[in-house]
Order: sequence, then C-alpha cells, then structure tokens
Amino acid sequence: MNSTTEKLFIKGNEVMCEAAVRAGCRFFAGYPITPQNEVPEYMSWRLPQAGGIFLQAESEIAAINMLFGASSTGTRCMTSSSSPGISLKQEGISYIAGAELPCVIANIQRGGPGLGNIRGSQADYFQATKGGGHGDYRLIVLAPATCQELWQLTMNAFDYADYYRNPVMILGDGILGQMAEPVEPIPYKPIVDLPDKDWILDGCKNRDPRVIRTLFLRPSDALMKHNLHLQDKCHTIQTELELVEKVNIDDAKLVVTAYGSTARIARGAIQMARHKGMKVGLIRPITLWPFPYVPFLEATETAKKFLVCEMSQGQMIEDVMLACQCKRPVEFFGYGGGWYPTSEKIFDHIQAVYEE
Amino acid sequence: MKFTRPETLYDTQTHYCSGCGHGIAHRLVAQAIDELGIRERVIGTAPVGCAVLLYDYFNCDIIECSHGRSPAAATGIKRCLPDRIVFTYQGDGDLAAIGTAETIHTANRGENITVIFINNAIYGMTGGQMAPTTMVSQITTTTPDGRDAQLQGPPIKVCELLSSLDGVAYLERVSVSSPKDVIKAGQAIKKAFQYQIDGKGFSLVEVLSMCPTDWKVSPAKALDFVNNEMKTAFPLGVYKDAG
Repeated sequence: MNSTTEKLFIKGNEVMCEAAVRAGCRFFAGYPITPQNEVPEYMSWRLPQAGGIFLQAESEIAAINMLFGASSTGTRCMTSSSSPGISLKQEGISYIAGAELPCVIANIQRGGPGLGNIRGSQADYFQATKGGGHGDYRLIVLAPATCQELWQLTMNAFDYADYYRNPVMILGDGILGQMAEPVEPIPYKPIVDLPDKDWILDGCKNRDPRVIRTLFLRPSDALMKHNLHLQDKCHTIQTELELVEKVNIDDAKLVVTAYGSTARIARGAIQMARHKGMKVGLIRPITLWPFPYVPFLEATETAKKFLVCEMSQGQMIEDVMLACQCKRPVEFFGYGGGWYPTSEKIFDHIQAVYEE
Repeated sequence: MKFTRPETLYDTQTHYCSGCGHGIAHRLVAQAIDELGIRERVIGTAPVGCAVLLYDYFNCDIIECSHGRSPAAATGIKRCLPDRIVFTYQGDGDLAAIGTAETIHTANRGENITVIFINNAIYGMTGGQMAPTTMVSQITTTTPDGRDAQLQGPPIKVCELLSSLDGVAYLERVSVSSPKDVIKAGQAIKKAFQYQIDGKGFSLVEVLSMCPTDWKVSPAKALDFVNNEMKTAFPLGVYKDAG
C-alpha cells in the first residue's frame, strides 16, 4: 500500500504515538494521567511491535529518569504526561537539558494550578517556555494546532532533539489530545542531517570511557563555561528555528495571536471579521520557544493593536508585549480553568477592540 | 599473591576522608568487574552523595544521576542495552530516602541490574544529618539529642524490606569493617554481578560502611562503631537468593 495515500482517523494522543514510532522512537516511559492516557496505552502495544521498549513507570519522576538513562544509550525516547505530571518531571528535565540528552516530552495540558481539572488548558506556557526546572536551560517547545500538524511536529521533534542535543517539548492540550480527525500519515524523513551520536554510553569497548555528567565542580569556572556553551546553543536554535504561521497580516489593523487549539478557534473568528470587512490577521507561533519575536515587531508597522487569545489567564501575552516593544497596545482575551473561547466570543472581542 | 590496582580503577587519589569505606567498596566493585572481564560492557551510575565523583575513579562508562533516581536511569539503560552490565552505586539517603520509590519498583520489576548500596547511617556529603538508616539514639546534626523512634521512626532496613518482593534475585548485607568482612563483601558483590550476567534479575548488596568524619570519631573507632553498633541494628547475611 502506498503510505502517502493512507488516511488515518485517529485521536491526537494516538497521532503522537504513531508518528513517534515511525520517527524511530524506541523507548517510552510514562505514568497514567488524564487527558493523555491513550499515549501510554497505545505505546504499550505499538512499541513492542516495533521492537521498542514500553515501561509504565511508578511515577512521572521515575519516567523522566528512565528517559535520562535511555537517551544516554542513544535511543530515541519519549515520555508524555499532563500538567501536574509535567511539574513532577521538572527536576529530571533540568538534568536532561544540562547533560544535553535528546528526548521528546509531551505535555497534553489540563487545567491548573494544583490538581485543577481534566479539561484542555494552556496554563503551562510559562513552565514550558521559561524554564520549569532549575538552572539556565531552555526547551524547544512546539505547539501543534491540528492532528495533522501534530503528526509532523512529533516527527520533527525527534530530529530537533538529536540535532541540537536538547529536550523538545510538544505542548498540546486536552482538546488536541482527545480530538480525532483524519490524518495523512506522511512518512518519516529527517528534516536535518543528523549528527553521529559519538557521546553515547554503551560500554567502553575499543575506546576511552565516557561520562555523562550533570555536576560541574572543578575547576571552579567549569559550570560557567558549560552554561555559556548551553547559551551559545540556545542562540543557534533561536537563529535557526523559529516557526510561525501568518494569516492575512499584510493589511491587518488588528493582529490576533494564539497558539495550539486556541489558534484554530481564533481562525474562525478572523474569518467572521473579514466577512464584515474588518482587516484582521493572525500570527500563530508554532515554536513557543524560540518565540518568533520578529513577525510581531514587523506587524507593528501596519497593525494598530494586538489581541492575544489563550486558554489561560494570560501567559503568552508577556512574550507578545516584549515582541511589540510597547509600540502598540496588546489586548487579552482568554479563559482559564480548562475552558476554551468560542470563535463567536473571540469575534466579539475583535469587534470591541478593533480600530480602523 | 600480588596486590595490584584493578584495571577498572584509575590510578588517582580519591577525595574520600581518612577511614571512609567508599574507597574499599570502590575497589571491591572494580575487582569484581575485572575478575568477570566485563569492564568494556559496564555502564555505572553515580549517585548524589559523597560518591558523586566516582566517575573520576572508575575506568568505565558512567552517568551521573539525580538524587535517588539511579535505579530509574539504570532501568532505561539496561532495557535499551540488555547485553551490557549496569550497576548503580548509591548511599542511604539516595537509595532509602529520596529514591525509595525507585528502589522498590526497580527491585519489584526484577530489573536485571546490580545495586551497590552503601549504608553508613548518615548523610556524609551534606555534613552529617540524619539518614533513613540512622540508628535509634544516634546523634546527627538534625537529631542533636539522638534519633528518637517516636519522632523520627526507626531506621529503614533495606534488605529486609526488599526481601518480600518476588522480583528480587539476590540480597545480601555485608560490611567493610574488618579484613574478613571485606573478603565476604567482595564475594557478594561479584556474585551480584554474576547474577546479572546470568540474567537472574535484580540484585542488591548492602555494604555497612564507615563515616568517621560525620560520626565525629577516629577511623579506628569508626570500625568499632560498625562492628558493635551497626551490625547489631543491621544483621549481616543473605536476605534473598533466588539461586
């Protein structure tokens, strides 16, 4: 069968699994938490079928540390969880970033803080993009808006992780994870020339022993030098990897901006506005880190205002304000607590703030 | 018989205090690896604790794990590379306090790894606080009047605790506080690696060890402390041997 003509009708959580396996993921460890339970369930049968390892860990902490080990062997590996579970993983993520081990971490966000609820949410933006764990590091954060994009970005995530030797987070939400839609399963093809993994631990046969370390005590400036190296890498990633979608921006007087599921809803609102003759466009960041600052600054040339829509009380808005450099007012519309805005509600807000 | 440095140890000075048991335990692990001829197949984990720098001493691949999570990391390594030999080297705080869940579940899964557990009844690196294995009445910097079983509970006995788990292949508690004990400890560590080579599952050797600096006694008195106090609270012996 020609795989390019294949169509799957499949849930977001399962899209991520199937794309991961086809991209060469051979190790998954995770812990059940709603709304991402389909991920460990799917991986539990699919990975062994592909010759990989599935482990249901005793905790999210154990799961991320299993990845720490698995990645050190050069195996493509992944874990997934939802917001409270991702909080538990943060120490491990910091170690993985510090040790420059590639892996993919999916956060199918639910409402918080605390146990919150089990509805889709976007309240973990700060955690994903500003650190989460301790120390100077960054995650590459990808924000798919559709199941088809989730397919592609999951595959890309493994390449970015290996290429930059950096953990990559897929920042989805409960809506994307639970939504089934048709997906064309585009075959995996590396999007970059992947470097040899000449750093892995596999026993020191015919070579000197290797150490993967996360402690830098000696000499006294060892950690400073390591952190400068990490920072250089971050600058490289910022230069090379800013993904963004722009819709009807050229003449837009109002730029709506949103990511993930909310961007999909906002798209409907923008169509309504255009039907009414209002010049409204959309900037949809696809990488949340690195954040695509430049398109926003460019848009300040024509746009009079920006409207940020999120399923949170307002987190990405801080990056949009930074990007706009106070040249234009930035309005906010969002719901927290696991609620999403409708296109109609966003359109109402567009009408309220729109100026010709 | 010629006494030489094992190939698995680098020819270097360690940072350990006088009378510390880590040096002996390191040597026993290295000797076992040498004798079994597995150095080039070994991947070890370094803990958080005094042994955090063990990669400066061991001539094999090492990964440095977060506090208590070595068994989880070792699980990831071993599952990906089942024909390699994976060991963790952990202290009492690492293995029996912050990492208790990882210890129990890794043991219960019967992960085919070897755990070297150094029990010196105190937190060494941070300066002598109470460990999960600190004994009743033992004075530490956080139990200045001695550990009170009513307030802090009694010490955790790891071999006894894990012996109830069906996934475990081999558990033995040994000591490095006398020449005779060191020989027995070496045999137990070698056996634990042999079990892994034979695919028998999870093995753990608990090593009662000296910390004169944080016990605030001389190295000679530290040996007495292990022999008289610790061996009473933590009886030596084989706690499980699935054969």
